[in-house]
Amino acid sequence: MGAELGKYKSCVSARSTDKEILRHAQDGGIVTQLFGFALDEGIIDGAIVAASKEFAAKYPSKVMADNSNFDMIEPWRPIPAIVNTRAEMIAAAGTKYNVSPNVSMIKEATRSFGLDKVGIVGTPCQMQAIRKLQLYPVGARDVGASIALAVGIFCMENFPYQSILQLVEDHAAMKMESVRKMEIGKGKFWVYGKRGQIVQLPLKVTHKYEQPGCKVCLDYVANLGDISTGSVGSPDGWSTVFVRSKIGDSVWAKAMAAGCFETQPIEKVKPGLELVTKLANEKISKNKKTLEERATFGVGKALRNPYI
Amino acid sequence: MADKITVGYTHLSGCTGCTVALADNYAGLLTLLDRYVDLKYMPTLADARHIQKVDVSFVEGSVCINDKLAVAEIKETREKSAVVVALGGCACYGNITRFSRGGQQNQPAQEAYLPIGDLIKVDVYIPGCAPSPQLIRNVAVAAYLLLKGSPEQKALATAYLKPLMMAADRGTSACFCDLMTNVINQGLCMGCGSCASACPVRAITHEYGKPQGERDLCIKCGACYNQCPRSWFSFDVVENYEAINETIMAALQ
Repeated sequence: MGAELGKYKSCVSARSTDKEILRHAQDGGIVTQLFGFALDEGIIDGAIVAASKEFAAKYPSKVMADNSNFDMIEPWRPIPAIVNTRAEMIAAAGTKYNVSPNVSMIKEATRSFGLDKVGIVGTPCQMQAIRKLQLYPVGARDVGASIALAVGIFCMENFPYQSILQLVEDHAAMKMESVRKMEIGKGKFWVYGKRGQIVQLPLKVTHKYEQPGCKVCLDYVANLGDISTGSVGSPDGWSTVFVRSKIGDSVWAKAMAAGCFETQPIEKVKPGLELVTKLANEKISKNKKTLEERATFGVGKALRNPYI
Repeated sequence: MADKITVGYTHLSGCTGCTVALADNYAGLLTLLDRYVDLKYMPTLADARHIQKVDVSFVEGSVCINDKLAVAEIKETREKSAVVVALGGCACYGNITRFSRGGQQNQPAQEAYLPIGDLIKVDVYIPGCAPSPQLIRNVAVAAYLLLKGSPEQKALATAYLKPLMMAADRGTSACFCDLMTNVINQGLCMGCGSCASACPVRAITHEYGKPQGERDLCIKCGACYNQCPRSWFSFDVVENYEAINETIMAALQ
């Protein structure tokens, strides 16, 4: 195929040099470190991230109140939030493995939160949403030019909250509130408990819980982020980083010069880009097949194809 | 100025919010008028108000079919323009005028309003209530490049305008329900949040990562549906976002 990794200017394996960030982050702490640096340097004046109920309780002014009863919000349910400091950034760190509609805050970030230079982290589809919104700002007046740094994360698929609930509580037999970390890696879904217990589920079990909307997605490594990152391809505790746009290139160079990251050439690490390419191709061909099946789904009737 | 495109602006039953959005390009509007656009007629911003023969006309507002003048004007606009652009929620989808039941002073019998696409063929949609100044600007620059640009610029402008032309072909109805019927029911929603941020009346929130619409608040502007990356998405255009943004910004330098 050749286009499976998107356009990029450089690719490295990296991790944050900040020990505290590494303690809280999912892998190499790339997103947390990048936003922390961009906040310190004034490259962004706030970032939209996926936070949690604990975060919202501690920083109520950083989330948008909606109709849901706060007491009813479950552990591990993501809440999109605006972070303005390194401490807030760290409080929101880590992957939640269920849907966080971060783009829902992109306009409000420039309105009631008063940001001129917005950072946003999101999945490949959310990066697509951001770029569509910049080129075709239907309901996004004066928003596009305010997006100062968009960081994409690798994504094979996402899960509805209730799927994660079922995986953790039914399959892994753990309580959601006792989970310290979730992770997908080495062909398994891992659940780490706060008391040290570890449960692993084969990905075969998780497939039927995937969000249906993910099955038409043709982007694995967030081709449209300024910078995109994910654990795949790098050793444990490190992340693979693609620097893609001019903005991404400039921010990454400044962060490197400031000593934010320790890096290794991607060619030198195992499993390296070979695995990233393999998984990207797997996702793309699987989902292209889904799109083909959708075209002949009924009897003389097709399901809609969003791509033109 | 032979190399400018001629543009007109027909104002029907709209609130002038689209006009204000156009003007809110500030210096960008002056650059457009200076270099690319010969504004032939427009209520509010030009002296000439009567419809003339033009390359592109923008139409703000829906058509009151009980008003002979409005009906005549939309027909004349179509006859005299090479390209008709429906500007804003009312011209595209009816928007708030869908809720008219008549009875208002001083024309109580003017009760029935239709999006312009129900009376004439429309070429391009610029949805949104109000449409963003940047989308109006982008379409104006693309229209110029399409008519006067180099072959490469024509190709880029065609690719850029294509989804907005397809939106015009799709029809004259869009509201939160279209997200349900054409995105969620079709198994395409992945919970990015675009719709909630696009909604001008905050009718959309997300519950467990999926959009929930307060349908009594929905004004039928179509912003959510058209902002959704799973309603329509062109890889050809969006993957070149940097180059396209640079081309547009360079055109306005």
